Amino acid sequence: MTEHITSVRTYLLVFIALMILTAVTVLVAFQDFGAWNDVVALTIAVIKASLVVLFFMHIYHSTRLSKLVVVSGLVWLVILIGLTLSDYLSRGLVGLASS
Amino acid sequence: MQAESSRAWGLAHHFDNFEQQREASYLGMWVFLVTEIMFFGGLFTAYVVYRSANARAFALGSKELDITLGAFNTAVLIGSSLTMALAVWAAQQGKRKQIALFLVLTILLGGVFLGVKVVEYRAKIDHHLLPGPDFHFPVTEVDEILGVQEGNVEMFFNLYFAMTGLHALHMIIGIGVLLVMVVLALRGSFSRKNHNLVECMGLYWHFVDIVWIFLFPLLYLLGRNI
Amino acid sequence: MSAEATTNLPRRVNYLNVDHGVKSWLLTKDHKRIAILYLVSISFFFAIGGLMASLIRLELATPAGDLVQADVYNRLFTAHGVIMIFLFLIPSIPAVLGNFLIPIMIGAKDLAFPKLNLASWYVYNLGAALMMWALLRGGADTGWTFYTPYSSMYANSEVILTALGAFIVGFSSIMTGLNFIVTIHRMRAPGLTWFRLPLFVWAHYATSLIQVLGTPVVAIAILLVAAERLLHIGIFDPAVGGDPVLFQHLFWFYSHPAVYIMILPSMGVMSELVTAFSRKRIFGYRFVAFSSLAIAVLGFLVWGHHLFVSSQSILAGVIFSVLTMLVAVPSAVKVFNWTATLYKGSISWETPMLYAIGYVGLFVIGGLTGTMLATLGFDIHVHDTYFVVAHFHYIMVGGAVMGYLGGLHFWWPKITGRLYPAFWSKISALLIFVGFNLTFFPQFVVGYLGMPRRYHAYPEEFQVLNVLSSAGATVLAVGYILPTIYFIWSMRYGERAGANPWGAYGLEWQIPSPPPTHNFEEKPVVTTEAYDYYTLKEKRVA
Repeated sequence: MTEHITSVRTYLLVFIALMILTAVTVLVAFQDFGAWNDVVALTIAVIKASLVVLFFMHIYHSTRLSKLVVVSGLVWLVILIGLTLSDYLSRGLVGLASS
Repeated sequence: MQAESSRAWGLAHHFDNFEQQREASYLGMWVFLVTEIMFFGGLFTAYVVYRSANARAFALGSKELDITLGAFNTAVLIGSSLTMALAVWAAQQGKRKQIALFLVLTILLGGVFLGVKVVEYRAKIDHHLLPGPDFHFPVTEVDEILGVQEGNVEMFFNLYFAMTGLHALHMIIGIGVLLVMVVLALRGSFSRKNHNLVECMGLYWHFVDIVWIFLFPLLYLLGRNI
Repeated sequence: MSAEATTNLPRRVNYLNVDHGVKSWLLTKDHKRIAILYLVSISFFFAIGGLMASLIRLELATPAGDLVQADVYNRLFTAHGVIMIFLFLIPSIPAVLGNFLIPIMIGAKDLAFPKLNLASWYVYNLGAALMMWALLRGGADTGWTFYTPYSSMYANSEVILTALGAFIVGFSSIMTGLNFIVTIHRMRAPGLTWFRLPLFVWAHYATSLIQVLGTPVVAIAILLVAAERLLHIGIFDPAVGGDPVLFQHLFWFYSHPAVYIMILPSMGVMSELVTAFSRKRIFGYRFVAFSSLAIAVLGFLVWGHHLFVSSQSILAGVIFSVLTMLVAVPSAVKVFNWTATLYKGSISWETPMLYAIGYVGLFVIGGLTGTMLATLGFDIHVHDTYFVVAHFHYIMVGGAVMGYLGGLHFWWPKITGRLYPAFWSKISALLIFVGFNLTFFPQFVVGYLGMPRRYHAYPEEFQVLNVLSSAGATVLAVGYILPTIYFIWSMRYGERAGANPWGAYGLEWQIPSPPPTHNFEEKPVVTTEAYDYYTLKEKRVA
């Protein structure tokens, strides 16, 4: 694989997008969307992180293997948080017959 | 097999060529970053679990943080990611002086971030928000009725200090490595063919940026609307 | 290169005699020398952990708590667990046999990051030194699991030092895993596709995935316990709304898959032994290869079965119970494929094969009792009894240690260039098999009858079974001491082995024993499947 060199223009565009998203997430934080506040804030964070991974970290132009490594890291994080929550969010849902 | 003497400088003996060496260090760095994801992942799990039970207490804690400084620091760190990316860009084309320049800029921005963090930490300590015997947070009657206890707010600050502290530690280590790399860049250790170190360090720095991209909304923003 | 006739020739330069002196070993970047360094370290700690086990069995020979106080007993089993798991089992096969063999098996000169490899040995010893220091200061008494809130708030033993030791050793494990992953991806010889790799390499690849994905989580959990003791950042402290059970989640997210870090490499060894001594291709190569990956992945979905009685929700308990059963599938695939490989093979009963056959039996018992324990209702009955102790010793000793010893006996001639005495090695294999079963089978029974683990005294009706167990431990100890003696003896007096004493297939058997520093004179090109014994036989006839 020959190295792909990202142009300075792309870097600057990504930087500007990240700055705009930061401003948006701060402004949106003061609005009340009820339970959706968490979703909005995290969605913006995920978009920002994806921009950094894809362009600053060159994953967009990288091998399938590198993409797989990134995805597996995220999948395992989801396993860790998800299965732990399967305990915490279901406590008391199903009771013991005796109690 | 190539004779040892005819091998290019900077190519380790057990690799066939620069491409293999580069791909190995690139993959190695990504695997290392996956371990970092899981390392921070433990703390993120703790955050999710405790916030799911004490959202209001966490919101009260969050409101004690300085959103202006937090947003400023986010911008600073993203800026440092840009300069880091440009350092890699310069290395890919073998522009020595520009590598050093962009690395120095990255270090300066990282220093600003840590400086602001010190100011924030000091303010929290002055307001008795450092977990431990001195911790004090007045919970209003309304909040008490809503189930908030002082300890729940303390848990928010436990996580705040643990998460931002671990993040800051990663930045300090990163700045240390970057300083060494400035010297290496000026000495001309990086070439168009061999600049793995700059590239891998770039990945590390961007990773630290990403952690902050998540820490900022989780710690500073969620619950502002309450 | 007919290595059989080397005895009278001038000495060939190999990785052992290329350089002399302590410095040449302590600064080596050769994966084979680092494997030897690891072998020395882990053997030392295996002996210390074994000593703790002997003291435990000695105390349990009588019902009264007469040899040691309850508090000392707590420190003994903690030290036994911490040392055997973090300092012996986890590094054992990967850091010794894996380190030595993986570059050779894939036709490379070294691992991808030789300096990192050496660093991992130093990091390991640094962590081990901290643990030993803690032990000399009295040791920890929390059990190897460091459960909160006892470890974070109440224990007044050396928890911090021991925990930091485990934390640091974890990094050496990550370094090894990372090195293997990159090496297997990027350093394979021309023609060596994924499905031509020896299954030993597949098993280590799966192991490395667990090391890399799991270890950081236990690292942060242990760090948080230390932070709670030192800095009052009480993440698990109930006084500030923390949940001690969260520690158990984070701890077992790594520590259950860690069991597969111990067993997977030994399964890789098994695939090599079974094929080599049946002179046959493995039955169902792809199934065995993918079952390693399946075990690694499924291993991360089952940790909650350690929390069945820890106030975990019933629903989560059911989910984890079902997921745990699934691990039995890839494990059984392996056992069936090994036995199918034996079928109609031309079997020879060399020492490594004795270990391999013993392994299958013990692993089946360990695995089946594992599915019993995965059953929610049954687990509540036997939780924290000797039934559990027996189960995991069947996996860790009957599986991992048998695999390690089998592998060590198989590749010892390659590592040292010498043969060990066949008679004594067979005796010791037999002693270990008999001693092991005598030690741990009675523990299934006594556990089922209700004897709890981690107590230094017990009711008199359990004495017969405990005496049997202690007697078995004595036999087992003899079985472990014998190889130590004849291995050391063989290094000087053993017969010269030649390149391929077993007539086995694989790149490592095509180079001289001991191998030269850069492994291969010429970069090998691989054109055949793994374990191609049929072609090998044809070549010989021709």
